[in-house]
Amino acid sequence: MKGMDLKWSTISILVFFLLWELIARSHVFPSILFPPPSEVLATGFDLLRRGILLKSVGDSLLRVFAGILLGLALAIPVGLLMGWVEIFEKLFSPIISLLFPIPGIAWLPLLIVWVGLRQGLPILLISIVVFFPVILNIATGVKSVDRENILAARTLGSSELRILVSIIIPLSLPIILTGIRIEVALAWRVLVAAEMIAIPTGIGALMSRSESLLQIKAVMVCLGLLSIIGLIMDLSLRYVERRVTAKWRNF
Amino acid sequence: MEEFLIDIELRNIRNYILKGIDLNIQKGELFVLLGPTGAGKTTLLNVVAGLIPYEGEVFFNGKSMNHTSPKDRKIGYVFQKLALFPHLTVKSNIAYGLRSQKWAPARIEKRLNEIMEMIDLSHLADRYPGNLSGGEKQKVALARAIAPCPQILLLDEPFQNIDLRSTKLIRLEFKRLQRDLKITTLFVTHQLPEAEEMADRLAVLNHGRIEQIGTPKEVLFQPQNDFVSSFIGSPNILPCRSSVALGSGLIEADCDGIKVIVPHEGEKVKNIIIPAKDVFVSSESPPGPHINRFRGQVIALQGNGALKVIKVKVGKHLVDAEVPGGMASSHHFKIGQEVYVVLKLGKIMVSEG
Repeated sequence: MKGMDLKWSTISILVFFLLWELIARSHVFPSILFPPPSEVLATGFDLLRRGILLKSVGDSLLRVFAGILLGLALAIPVGLLMGWVEIFEKLFSPIISLLFPIPGIAWLPLLIVWVGLRQGLPILLISIVVFFPVILNIATGVKSVDRENILAARTLGSSELRILVSIIIPLSLPIILTGIRIEVALAWRVLVAAEMIAIPTGIGALMSRSESLLQIKAVMVCLGLLSIIGLIMDLSLRYVERRVTAKWRNF
Repeated sequence: MEEFLIDIELRNIRNYILKGIDLNIQKGELFVLLGPTGAGKTTLLNVVAGLIPYEGEVFFNGKSMNHTSPKDRKIGYVFQKLALFPHLTVKSNIAYGLRSQKWAPARIEKRLNEIMEMIDLSHLADRYPGNLSGGEKQKVALARAIAPCPQILLLDEPFQNIDLRSTKLIRLEFKRLQRDLKITTLFVTHQLPEAEEMADRLAVLNHGRIEQIGTPKEVLFQPQNDFVSSFIGSPNILPCRSSVALGSGLIEADCDGIKVIVPHEGEKVKNIIIPAKDVFVSSESPPGPHINRFRGQVIALQGNGALKVIKVKVGKHLVDAEVPGGMASSHHFKIGQEVYVVLKLGKIMVSEG
């Protein structure tokens, strides 16, 4: 990541936790509302030992992956068509322009009525949230491919399907992968919100329950976990992105 | 070999740029499309390739191609920007057409080795295009185009991004390659010297129309209209009576009293031609060898500030020299002044007869 190096990152994070610990232990604020990080960590281990943490995180992760996969599966063909064939762009663009501005979480009431409170609900919600940006992102990626490359492939005797698979998809992959990183972040946001509001399991639900019992330490454990999970996912996607394109980019 | 050769006939080709192009290109010919930017040269290539819509008819060997898609026209196309696939290695770029046309793997491997040997690319096989020099990229584009054994080769200003010295070499290499492959070739350029050097015949294009078709010499010596003569830059043409071979590819031509040394082999020299911009004028004796250096008298000064044309009387001839305005004023050329004129040896062209 730009602007980060290991030494300074370590110093910065250590100082952050040290200050937090000191302020919390000085009892300027009531410790039930502002616990020190050492106690948060202890609570985290406790939740882990009782199996609550793993269950909640597991539920949420499963939903994010399933939702994103479903969203991608629906959006990729549409996005490719839109970027590839002008008439599809003209057909789909207006609909997307109408639906895209709706905040993801706002779909929740409608989905609750339609599907009810079952496992499919958050997955469907995530897939809707990622569906529109993925389409736009893929269409942009496809359109970014140099047209002369496509013409060259055609004069070399390539079928349109082969052009799609061998030229358009690999060349638009960098843009598509960058988009997917943003879409994963979107998915987490809407999932945690939905779990806090309506769904009784998952990391958002755990937060919501802890909050109502004034277990601030548990809430903070969840926040910490969300940060770490988000960071790991972003870093792994960046890694994939580099692996896919490093061979021929950045010369 | 002969039966694979293709001739091209274009009949009244029209579209948003082209305004009725009729053209016959013979089997194995290297035909150059010459003209300024926007003349429709690339558009015409794309019509032959079938990449853009057009009215009129395209025939290959008398067979209409109007309903044949680009992928079935058996053409090799070297694009102006080369359009190498950036995510594929040199080898995979060259193999792309072969794989698209479903050649057997063993045959692909054999053809790849053959092509990379021929165009001297073997040492670059595993590189990516982003990691190649301009000249190397150009060779890869050419290799990719000819690998699937096309019947027609289209080249759109392919030597544009290469430094001048390499260009000359690559042009000659390319011409030899084209002769060896005997492949009917359409070559687009906006540079007269390139056209003159490469072409069997050429067409001068302007605003979507053909202004003249002929051999380079016909176009140079008998421009059919004002556009052609202004585009080729009204070169100096000096008629010659006799010539003496000096050996090592040089001759001394006697052109009505002045003796000009010219690189030439073969037939008797009829005219020598040199563009006005390749005539050097100086008020003092210029340094360097005394080759093609004459004394003359300034007869007239023409032109605007940026570019001046100095007309100099040399013997019985009137020679035009194009000089940048700044240089002309620093020399203080005046009418009647005695000057030195140098005809740059490498720029002189010869017509036989």
